[in-house]
This record gives sequence, C-alpha cells and structure tokens, in this order.
Amino acid sequence: MKNFWRHRLFWPAAALVALVTINAIARPTFLKITMQDGELYGALIDILRNSATLMLVALGMTIVIATRGIDLSVGAVMAVSGAVALTIIDGSPDPGGVGTVLVAVAFALLVSLVLGAWNGFLVSALGIQPIVATLVLMLAGRGVALLITGGFITTVNSDPLSFIASGYLTVLPFAFFISVAAIATLAVVERRTALGVLTEAVGINPEASRLAGVRSRGIIWGAYMVSGVLAGLAGVIYASNIKAADANAAGFLIELYAILAVVLGGTSLAGGKFSIAGTVIGVLIIQTLDSTILFLGVPSAQSPVFFAFVVVAVVVLQSPRTRNALRALGGSMSRGGPTVSRTEAEVAR
Amino acid sequence: MAADTEVPPIVEMRGITIRFPGVLALDDVDFLLRPGEIHSLMGENGAGKSTLIKALTGVYAVDSGTITVAGERRTFTSTADAQAAGISTVYQEVNLCPNLTVGENVMLGHEPRRGSAIDWRATHAQADRHLRGLGMEVDPRSLLSTHSIAIQQLVAISRAMVLESKVLILDEPTSSLDRDEVEQLFGVIRELRNSGVAILFVSHFLDQVYEISDRITVLRNGALVGSYPIGDLPRDALVTKMIGRELDDLEALSRSAHRAIDRTGEPVLRAEGVGRRGVLEPADLEVYTGEVVGLAGLLGSGRTELVRLLYGADRPDHGHVTVNGKAARITSPRHAIDRRISFSSEDRRGEGIVADLTVAENIVLGIQARKGWMRKIRKAEQDAVVAEYIEALGVKPADPQLVVANLSGGNQQKVLLARWLATAPELLVLDEPTRGIDVGAKADIQHKVSELSAQGLSVIFISSELEEVLRLAQRIAVLRDRRKIGELDSGEVDLDGLIDYLANEGKGSAA
Repeated sequence: MKNFWRHRLFWPAAALVALVTINAIARPTFLKITMQDGELYGALIDILRNSATLMLVALGMTIVIATRGIDLSVGAVMAVSGAVALTIIDGSPDPGGVGTVLVAVAFALLVSLVLGAWNGFLVSALGIQPIVATLVLMLAGRGVALLITGGFITTVNSDPLSFIASGYLTVLPFAFFISVAAIATLAVVERRTALGVLTEAVGINPEASRLAGVRSRGIIWGAYMVSGVLAGLAGVIYASNIKAADANAAGFLIELYAILAVVLGGTSLAGGKFSIAGTVIGVLIIQTLDSTILFLGVPSAQSPVFFAFVVVAVVVLQSPRTRNALRALGGSMSRGGPTVSRTEAEVAR
Repeated sequence: MAADTEVPPIVEMRGITIRFPGVLALDDVDFLLRPGEIHSLMGENGAGKSTLIKALTGVYAVDSGTITVAGERRTFTSTADAQAAGISTVYQEVNLCPNLTVGENVMLGHEPRRGSAIDWRATHAQADRHLRGLGMEVDPRSLLSTHSIAIQQLVAISRAMVLESKVLILDEPTSSLDRDEVEQLFGVIRELRNSGVAILFVSHFLDQVYEISDRITVLRNGALVGSYPIGDLPRDALVTKMIGRELDDLEALSRSAHRAIDRTGEPVLRAEGVGRRGVLEPADLEVYTGEVVGLAGLLGSGRTELVRLLYGADRPDHGHVTVNGKAARITSPRHAIDRRISFSSEDRRGEGIVADLTVAENIVLGIQARKGWMRKIRKAEQDAVVAEYIEALGVKPADPQLVVANLSGGNQQKVLLARWLATAPELLVLDEPTRGIDVGAKADIQHKVSELSAQGLSVIFISSELEEVLRLAQRIAVLRDRRKIGELDSGEVDLDGLIDYLANEGKGSAA
C-alpha cells in the first residue's frame, strides 16, 4: 500500500479525519450518539442530516464542473423549487395530505428540470460561457420565486412536508437517506454506464471528443439538467426545514459552497476527471467545520475568517505544487513531473 | 537587393541552443538579420521556427548561444525586453485590444499628455499620421474590432512603428487575408524595408515567400540547413531542404504502391467540388476499396483542410460527397463515423488523445461514442479489444491502465490508430500519423497501414515526408496554396519528380 498516501482522495479524507479528531478531543460529546424513542441523536447525526442540501447541490455541481462548466444558478433554483412546492401546498384544500406534498414536490422538481434544461440550452446549444449563462438564472431566479409566492414568505404547516427534512426513517434522519440515494444513483449512472467516462473525455479535451464522435452537446446539456433537479430537491428540503418558502434566504451563497466542496474533493475546476466520493468528503468537511465553528462559540462575525483559514489550509495542502514540494522532501518519486514539461515542450515547437 | 552583405546585421544570433526536457528544440543555430531586408524563415512543423522567434522576442531563454542586437549583447528575459531593444512582432492572431479604438491601439502606452491627463485629440492625430505613413485611410476613432483582420494587422504594424522598432517579425501574417489584402500588406512591408527596417517573415505560402523575400533561412528538425539569397534557391531546392531525405530502415517495406487497384466499381468515397471559402478551393477526390491515396503538399497547402471538410470536422460550403455510391451530407464528425469514415488529426495532443484518461479508455472512446453512453461496453469486451490492439500495434508499455499522457508520441499515435481501427472503418483518414515520432514507431505504423489496405481498408494518408507518401500510396493528390493542383500515379513518379511537381506545377519553369 505504498501508493495509499498518493491516492487523490488521501488529502481530503485526511482533512476530514483531522477535523473530526480535533472535535472529538475538544468536546468528548462530539462522537456521542444517543438513542431516543428508537431514533439516533448526536452531533454526527446532525452533520449527516444538515449536509443533505449542500450534498445534493454539490453532486450536481461536480458533474457540471467535469464538463468544464459551472452552475451559479443552483441557489436560485432552490428558491424557485421551494416557492413552487409551498405555493401548491398552501393553495391546496388539504395541506397536510401526503398526496398533496408528493404532487407539490414532483411539480417543483419538474420546474427545476426545466430551469436546468434552460442553462444547458444556453451553454451547449448557444455556446454561451457557463459562468455567464448560469448567471442569468442566478440573478433572475429569486425574482421568479418571489413572483410565485406573490412577494411574501409563504409558510405552511404540513406534517408530510416537515418529515422530509426533520423526520426519521427507522433510526436515521430521512434527509440522510435522500443524500445517500442521490449519491448512489449518480455513482451508478455515471460509472455503470459510459456517461462518466464520456463526460470526462468532453471535459478534458472537447475537440478530441467531438472528432471521436462523442455527442458532447447532449452530455453537457444533461449535466445542467441533473444539476437543476438536484438543486430543486435541495430547495424542497430547505423549505421543509423552515416550513416556509423564503426566496431570498433559500440557498443563499450555496453555489459557492458547492464549488468549494467539489474543489475540496479533488475535482479540478478545469474540468475532466471528477470524483463523486471526493465531493461527498468535501461536503462533510464543510458541514463538520460549520458544526465546529458553532461549538467553539466563535462569534458569528468572525466565523467566516475561521472558516476561510481552514479552507485555505486544505486547498494549499491539495495543490500540486505543495504536493510536489512534499514529495521532494520525501525524496524519491518524480513520475508526474517530466511528462508535463515534455508536453509543454512539444507545444512550444 | 537591399540586403547587402556589407551592411552589418541588426540581429546576430550565434549558436542558439534551446533544450526542452527530452527534446532539443534548437541545436546550435546561427541567424543573421540585416537592416533593409525581408528575410523569410522556412521549415516544416517542428523545424524550430517558432522557437527561434520566441528566443529572439524574449519568450524563451536560450540554453547557450548569444543574441546581439544593433551591436549590443542582449539577454532577454521578457517580451518587454525585446520590445525595448526595438524588436516587434505581429502575430497571425492579432494581439491588440479589439474593444479599443484604432488610435488607442496604435498609441497604447505612448499617448501624448497634457499635464497628467491624456491628450486624446493629439493621440488620435498622431495615430492618424502613423497610419497615413503606411498608406492607410482609417478613422483612428473607430473601434478596432469593426475592421477586417487585414486592417488590424496593419494597425499592429503601425503600432510597431510607434515603438520605433528596427526589427519587425511577421509570423504568418497572410494566412487569413485575401489576395488584395495581401497586396496591401506587401506594399507596406516593402516600404518599411526601403526605410531600413529589418523584416523577418514567416509564411507557409511559397508563392508569397518568393514574391516578397530577399533572403531565405531554412531550418529542419531544430537545426540550421542554410541561409540563401532568394535568387540562389529555386523552389524545388527549397522544398528539398525543408523536407530533407530520410535514411531509415523503411526501404524494406514492400512497395505496396505498386499493387493494382480495381477502379472500375463505385469508389468508397467520391468528393466533387468540396471546398470552403477562404479555406480550400473546391477539389475532387476519389478513394477506392483497398486504395491508399496520399495527399502531398507543404503545411498550409490545404491537405489538412481538405480532409477536415470530408470528415465534417469543418463544414464545407461547396460540393457533394458520395459514400459507396450513396449521397452523403457530412457536416459533423458523427455523420462521417456513421458512414464508417474515421479521421486521425495531425494535432495529436490538441485533437487526438484525451490526455488524462488511460490507454484503455482512449482506445475504447471511439466505439463507445458510437454506441452512445447508455450502452456501456462490457468490461470483458473492452479488455479484449484493448489487449488485441495493444498487441497488434505494439503499444509500449503494454499497460492498458497507464494514463496516456505518460506515453511517448509514437505510442500515443498507436493508441489513436487503435481507437480508429477498433471502430472498423471502411475509410481511414490519417493526417500526419508519423510526425514527431521515433523511427521504430514510424515503421510500425507504416507497416500496419500497408497491411490493412492490402486487406481492403481504404486510406487517405497525409505526410510531410514525401518518401513516406510515395512508399504507401498508389495515387497522390498534390495540393499547394489551398488548391488541389493535380494527381500523380506513384508508380510513375519518383521523389524528385514529386518535389518538382509540387513546387512548380502550374507556375512555369523552376526558377
């Protein structure tokens, strides 16, 4: 296992383990999980539950980034999705009915899918730069959400809705199962079919992929649709948690945290090779950090500074230069280096 | 003419050597540029032209050798150094600011000031004077991006004059210009030459090189071949010097060119009048079953452009194509692949390999793309295909899980060949499949092409190495200056005959 520490998930995983360890030492209750009425509670369980929204958004972002794209509209899509779902529930004669909630959620996801398709259309069919294309919806989306709710924060009392974010399925939170289902589905679709490798090919070398006959337009379009649906699902969970559709607060800045999670997980913003497991670890790092800041009682005004400090540390550890420097310190290995410079030399000529 | 050997050189490069890891890009090259001459730098891809220019403009540091400009030893560490020394470059892609006005671009960084504010009126007036000095009637207040590439290039030259450059480097300035624009550019260049500016000209268009140059320096494989007054170097001699004659072990390869081809039936591919404005004049081409058709011509002659149009990598705006007798509209690579045509680009890294994927993933990419993402090729089947081609083509190291970027150029090329052969094409288009790879891999690839065509595969084969084309092809289509100028039967022509044809056909006699 001498390659173990060179695995690309080594540093993200090490950062997560370090964070958990620090927490466990600082507050012995951190690792404690208690059983109440057949349901598990504890700081770790909270992390699993609370990470669901970011997890969903970050998974979609991973696929989009793999195609050399980026989706800035995820927060706005969350707001729209929540607004759609809650407006339907609010307007129905039976807000507490399971059927009502299912219809509302299905409709919210459908709208999210359409929004994702719109992004995909701008990027893949019209060739607009992803950052610009998704900026349109990022800015317009919250307005649309406000339009749907009539300018108010729609609040509802609906047990089936609340169950999505706060309920338990057997011993674990329901939201955790949504995360796991999304991770598993995406992993299976990407890796059991050829979608993953074709996505990577398009992200690494779009022109070579086109000449090889890869339908890159469809693959890119699909990535934005997946991102849209997952953001929509995250929007439903968010709305369920606060029992309200808040067009301004829903998914605020989540696009940036999602990008951060993807990067922490070792997927390059340049596109190409992506790691779903890496993104999962990235999300857990962010969520654990969040919980740590809360616990340490860092004043909320200063918490972003603390957060930034930890993130910088992890990103620096992950950068190829730092790794090469560490490797040089460690001695022997030198496999990757010369290849890169050789190809540069070929371009030069 | 103006280049008189008694005039001391403005630029003197001696013993320039530049090494990149694993590659000797320039090997002990001397280069002299004199005031008042137009000096063309010639060579095929990889000859070292751009490396030499980049050494002179401060982009690359030299490993050994000296650069003397106007009698002063210089060590350039940046392009700004070179510019300060009076060396300006105008690139193929104009490096100006399209969203500024013409006048702002010309005067950028040298605007006249009134106090601390820029005097815009004076700026535009001075710009106007510079532009008129080059015989241009352009409103200096108009936005640069509203003008044609030709005007933009002339603006770039005006800018060089504002910098009082003594040396002007023009790197492929004419590649996107039409005939009249080239004339206008040449008028300006000659004027500058007569005023004593030294001009280094790089172009792939032979006719233009002969029209404008006073002197030609030829590079090949990073080494200096020689420097000649234009009158002493007839076209065919130039072509021979650029291409060189390779002495390798390939003579043993059966002269498959002599194999008889049945041309009575319907050809696999028939292209009639296929072309695209500004890219290629309409050309005809037929390829029959089991035939290797070579495309000969220098870089930029239209050989790559022709096959890209046939494959749908670029959209043709003229002509029609039939595949096995059926009309085929090929406007994207998918259309070509569906008709069992495969194309391996000359740009191995940019358009061929997917660098971060493994050898196996790269080989399977072609068939997987054809099947679509939902029907993933089963692992066992993948392994079988990959193992078969690694073995058949001798990919080394024979490890399918290696990242392809770590392979040598020759082995990357074999991986690409494997990708295309795995799709079972009827027509395989190979653009420079042997460029920049070692002799062993080169021989392997040539043998494979010969063997497969004998089994019935049709091939279009492009190479800068004419000997290779002569050896493999039964028929050779010759292109020059983006036009197909004719076809030769490879059994009836030798290397000298082919060089003569491609240099002089339709041009009257050899100088």
